[in-house]
Amino acid sequence: MKTDELIAALSTNVEPVNRRVVDRSVGIALAVGVVVAIGITLIALGVRSDLTTPRAAIFLFLKLAFAIGTVGAASLYLTRLARPGGERRVSAGFAALPFAAILLLAGIRLGQAPSSHWDEMVMGKDWLECLISIPVIAIVPFAVVIWAVRQAAPTNLVRTGAFSGLVAGGVSAIGYALHCTDDSLPFVALWYGGTIVLCTLAGAILGPRLLRW
Amino acid sequence: MASMTAETELKGLMLASQEGDAAAHRMLLERLSRHLRAYYKGKLAQIGRGATEAEDLVQEAVLAIHAQRHTFDPGEPLTPWLHAIARYKLIDFLRRNRAFMADVPIEEASEVTARDDHLSVESSLDLRRLLKLLPEKMGCAIEAVKVEGLSVAEAARRCRISESSVKVNIHRGLRALATLIAQRAQT
Repeated sequence: MKTDELIAALSTNVEPVNRRVVDRSVGIALAVGVVVAIGITLIALGVRSDLTTPRAAIFLFLKLAFAIGTVGAASLYLTRLARPGGERRVSAGFAALPFAAILLLAGIRLGQAPSSHWDEMVMGKDWLECLISIPVIAIVPFAVVIWAVRQAAPTNLVRTGAFSGLVAGGVSAIGYALHCTDDSLPFVALWYGGTIVLCTLAGAILGPRLLRW
Repeated sequence: MASMTAETELKGLMLASQEGDAAAHRMLLERLSRHLRAYYKGKLAQIGRGATEAEDLVQEAVLAIHAQRHTFDPGEPLTPWLHAIARYKLIDFLRRNRAFMADVPIEEASEVTARDDHLSVESSLDLRRLLKLLPEKMGCAIEAVKVEGLSVAEAARRCRISESSVKVNIHRGLRALATLIAQRAQT
């Protein structure tokens, strides 16, 4: 086949394209992911029973702020990574800001507390549940985010996969926070932060397989 | 400043193409194919591959540019976008052919539009034969609209599907075609 013939064929009946399709797909994936994550949490785990107490509300707010901050920064970059060459407009440092903030706060809390309390503050009551729940809840949001990115054409598949995992992990944490009653910042930093990092690593490993085009 | 002019002109064509301007789209693909040919011939020559394989890659990249033009952000320059696609397709080709990634040196994005080459050879692919490999509706819709230039309504009557289905089949068919070309280009 001559390339000219191919070009002639492609130039016949050209339709305008929608430039917002990439941002829109990622936006839809986020919305679906959040609904699914909250839905699974409500059905499988249930909302924490003490939600009306001020202490619970404050910690729920802090956990949500961390998770939403993570999702916000990561999904902004994901809309860039989904486009060819978008990797040059991504700074991993900015995406890591919510993690730096929660680690800093956790460090301050630990510094204020006597070291005999540290074990309880870090391990909480249910670290195992958190370790399992966040990656499991993240599976469906991850699949939807991958679908959205596949509507576009990422050229750095490892990094795009990693950011897809980061978004999914953050979305999952938004749901899980509604259930989790471990209210200590060191706990949130280690177990929320750690499981979201696990999701990010899983995304980086799966990216090249799932995102090829 | 030749590359600056190329960037400005090519980006202008891309923006018009995104708006649905067929003449601009054709000119864009023609000009980009010449840049891509020079780029791929140069890269493949370094690893001892020939012009036919370079032409396969040109066509893969042209199809990708066509199918992915919605991913170009008008607020950004075109050259890095184009270079990312060209390099992605090159690395994909080398991986399929089990060449080492180390064979692709680090390069500047401007390299992709630095030269052009209009001496095209035939690729190893036959468009009509490839279309026969697609599911019937996809092949029919692409052949009618893209090869013969029928309107969507005419294609819908010929392929006995609805007009919206023609559009969907063309969209999916072009993606499937790109995959087929990639498989055929395997040596």
